[in-house]
Amino acid sequence: MAKQYETVIGLEVHVELATKTKIFCGCTTEFGGAPNTHTCPVCTGMPGSLPVLNKQVVEYAMAVGLATNCKITQYCRFDRKNYFYPDNPQNYQISQLYLPICRDGHVDIETPAGKKSIGIHEIHMEEDAGKLVHDDWEDCSLVDFNRSGVPLIEIVSEPDMRSAEEVIAYLEKLRMTIQYLGASDCKLNEGSMRADVNLSVREAGASEFGTRTEMKNLNSFKAISRAIEGERARQIELIEEGKKVVQETRRWDDNKEYSYAMRSKEDAQDYRYFPDPDLVPVSISDAWIAEVKARQPELQEEKAVRYKKEFDIPEYDINIITSSKSLADMFEAATAICHNAKKVSNWLMVETMRLLKDKEMEPEDITFSPENLAALIHLTDENAINSTVAKEVFEKMFSENIDVDQYVEENGLRMVNDEGALRERIEKVIAENPQSVSDYQAGKTKAIGFLVGQTMKAMKGKADPGMVNRILKELLD
Amino acid sequence: MANIISDETIEYVGILAKLELSAEEKEQAKKDMGSMLDYIDKLNELDTEGVEPMSHVFPVHNVFREDVVTNGDDREQMLANAPQKKEGTYMVPKTFD
Amino acid sequence: MSIMSLTAVELGKKIKSGEIGVAEAARAALEETQRREGQINSYVTVLDDKTILARAEEVQKQIDSGELDSPLAGVPTAIKDNMCTKGILTTCSSKILENFVPSYSAEAVQNLEKAGAVIIGKTNMDEFAMGSTTETSAYGITRNPHNTDHVPGGSSGGSCAAVAAWECSYALGSDTGGSIRQPSSFCGVTGIKPTYGTVSRYGLIAYGSSLDQIGPIAKDVTDCTTILEAISSYDKKDSTSIQREDLDFTSALVADVKGMRIGIPRDYFGEGLDPQVKAAIEKAAGVLEENGALLEEFDLSLVEYAIPAYYVIASAEASSNLSRFDGVKYGYRTGDYEGLHNMYKKTRSEGFGPEVKRRIMLGSFVLSSGYYDAYYLKALRTKALIKKAFDQAFERYDMILAPAAPTTAPKIGESLSDPIKMYLGDIYTISVNLAGLPGISLPCGKDDKGLPIGMQLIGDCFQEKKIIRVAYTFEQNRSREQ
Repeated sequence: MAKQYETVIGLEVHVELATKTKIFCGCTTEFGGAPNTHTCPVCTGMPGSLPVLNKQVVEYAMAVGLATNCKITQYCRFDRKNYFYPDNPQNYQISQLYLPICRDGHVDIETPAGKKSIGIHEIHMEEDAGKLVHDDWEDCSLVDFNRSGVPLIEIVSEPDMRSAEEVIAYLEKLRMTIQYLGASDCKLNEGSMRADVNLSVREAGASEFGTRTEMKNLNSFKAISRAIEGERARQIELIEEGKKVVQETRRWDDNKEYSYAMRSKEDAQDYRYFPDPDLVPVSISDAWIAEVKARQPELQEEKAVRYKKEFDIPEYDINIITSSKSLADMFEAATAICHNAKKVSNWLMVETMRLLKDKEMEPEDITFSPENLAALIHLTDENAINSTVAKEVFEKMFSENIDVDQYVEENGLRMVNDEGALRERIEKVIAENPQSVSDYQAGKTKAIGFLVGQTMKAMKGKADPGMVNRILKELLD
Repeated sequence: MANIISDETIEYVGILAKLELSAEEKEQAKKDMGSMLDYIDKLNELDTEGVEPMSHVFPVHNVFREDVVTNGDDREQMLANAPQKKEGTYMVPKTFD
Repeated sequence: MSIMSLTAVELGKKIKSGEIGVAEAARAALEETQRREGQINSYVTVLDDKTILARAEEVQKQIDSGELDSPLAGVPTAIKDNMCTKGILTTCSSKILENFVPSYSAEAVQNLEKAGAVIIGKTNMDEFAMGSTTETSAYGITRNPHNTDHVPGGSSGGSCAAVAAWECSYALGSDTGGSIRQPSSFCGVTGIKPTYGTVSRYGLIAYGSSLDQIGPIAKDVTDCTTILEAISSYDKKDSTSIQREDLDFTSALVADVKGMRIGIPRDYFGEGLDPQVKAAIEKAAGVLEENGALLEEFDLSLVEYAIPAYYVIASAEASSNLSRFDGVKYGYRTGDYEGLHNMYKKTRSEGFGPEVKRRIMLGSFVLSSGYYDAYYLKALRTKALIKKAFDQAFERYDMILAPAAPTTAPKIGESLSDPIKMYLGDIYTISVNLAGLPGISLPCGKDDKGLPIGMQLIGDCFQEKKIIRVAYTFEQNRSREQ
């Protein structure tokens, strides 16, 4: 009889904050840049350098904590986490262990069994490490400190998740909330959001937790799901063979779909945390908390409720649009101009989402303006362009944010709506295609499609197919 | 109370501090640490019940910077002292991730 | 008149009036340095003549144009080698920084340069400021100019010896557990450790971050006060820098101690204190009393716990602060290694001296899993109690009078073999760092071997002016005594 096992999962999520500068120095956090061109004595651990805390980091951390129902630790501090590694210029990381800025929050997710609350144990601020690149030519590694000192918050959940689905739901909720706050763009594939999975298994009904392992290098939701399934299977196999699960850190290889243990014995993992003497404590007043809370934008749930009341669009659409603050902002801005919520929603749900997916972009990457979208919709409302042309114009707008009205004029894309001229053209097409005409009049109703097509071709696409169809029928019936 | 420092402890501390001691140095280190810890044990005589550990001597808090870029590209200066470098990066023995 | 026999302030006046040129003063310092260095070894690095004279010329121009008005303009100085100096080798007297040339200067050094200082060189010290004799330097020992068989003290031994030997007019030192005050007393010069946070620590290569302060070392109280005023500033780059309104220390150079309540801790005058030192301090107390100060004995308490607490805290912080020295970004890297961790271990084991290694290991141990509470937190609690004891003392007294060290300078080679005994020598200075207080050490006599004895005045936080005033008064009246 096969035993039933329950998977117990906790997540440590690192989020790169969207500040302009690093956490302890005035270097830029801009992505890219030639190696070591965004560095200074502080973030490269030069002797005699000292850290000074970026206030914006504290405010983002507070904002995320408040949006996830955490208590703010009103007297918090930084501690040094001591370990040696070349991407760590001081060979200690400034983090928070003893007094993290936020504690005891929760995030609600939807599961097939209903709403579930995933506990957040704590959120703390810390600095990111540099990047190591392996140089195979010279059998060495190369260190770039541009990323060293970029501010992070680490969100540590309670081990409340029980499946890969729950993990993905939790991550999506976190990501959406943080994006809404503008605190980070949370892109897994760019590393501005990183998740480490802590997983253990136990027999269903057991009260104690099994030994857990930690998995790193999970760069997409798919990788996370696969890693969870893989690790669950691996641990169960060990247990069934009577072996023990070793507490260790494992690196997931998504190409090979397997993980391997990381740490060597050269790493004692005794971090000797102690309060950083170079930084003073952060004292957060009730007033400051209130200020940050007041600045909190409307979050997804509230927004969805409001949209239901204000806009006549289906709930399904509302959920998709509000899943991204960028998308929601675009929706509201375009609707405010053209007053056609349904059409705006449609363009976003269909064409926009299609192109985003094709080009592997996120809503945050959208470059076209709400004014241009509204202009496009206005043109279709007026019947100035047909749907085929509209699609083409949209694609141009998506990639280049062209001025829609200007583009349509410059390229003569307006439809010919002059019935007289159209009728003339259609009469010609009828005259030129006697076979289709007789086919249609003989009962092959589909033959009219060919005639519509020919007309559209002759009109170089600048006609309303509906109108063409109507006129053809008038003339032929 | 005499603190006897074991070989394992010296090994362990060596790993933490990335220090490699010769056999002689290890013996001396065991003795030194032992006597230093004996001396430090004196602190146990002092009753510190209910006393908050004082990290910073003055009650200063909330020293912040504004989120404004103040540094530029200082790469040349930063790399000037690097023992080994290559194309703008610091070169180290291969790390295994 | 020998230029180098003048105090810094006296020399500054003569430079300002044009009586002595900046280049002339610089040359005098260089000559004296060349004459004595072979014997004393105060410096790790003496800048080359060209550089010094170019700087002297620059300063001269600024003085002549009226641009530079500071009382220290043009006066030759030396900087302890744990303070970064842009473009100048900075080693902390360690092998692991044998080739480190910073691209930035410490804030205190920048302040001095703005005041027209002419740097002669970087002075020798105990490696990474860990020591009390300057014998742990990787660049040779420094000898006490009063008696070259004896140590100058440490860790700012090089700075104190350079001042005492007239190799510069004044110097900067750093003080974590007494490293300015003790060698000042051994070398018969004056030194001040300011209240924690008064002088920026930016650019000071850290040893014990919660304890370190930079301070002046010079021939007298007036000099030290003037220098302290020049280097003190609120620095945004240092989160522990304190914003102070009262940095006009020179206004305290007044010879008046009437009514000043001075406490003398009985616990400092027990066993271990050399009788000649004791006698000198008592005599000094007498001078102050004659001048109207009110002296009283009291029990400071907790004195015997200061040293163990200090060593736990300082070595813990040091073990972390020194982790950055790993052969990756700067400094020494071992020649022969296999793999990353081997490179780290060999670099650090070859680059650090035995005392530094000892303290790094102790520091790593007291922070390690299982011992953090028993050692580190315990030490921080002790620190809180020590601060409280001082707070209580300062309710009754304006300041505390104590020796700067229990003995005069020991002979060379006699201290390192018994580390604990050496640590015990810090008994009068260490708690001052733990509590962040200001302290001044100035000469008050000599022993029968001719070795200088120093007295120490310890003030409450931010009360430099009070101790300066009393020190100045004593100094004005002391010359009659000697």
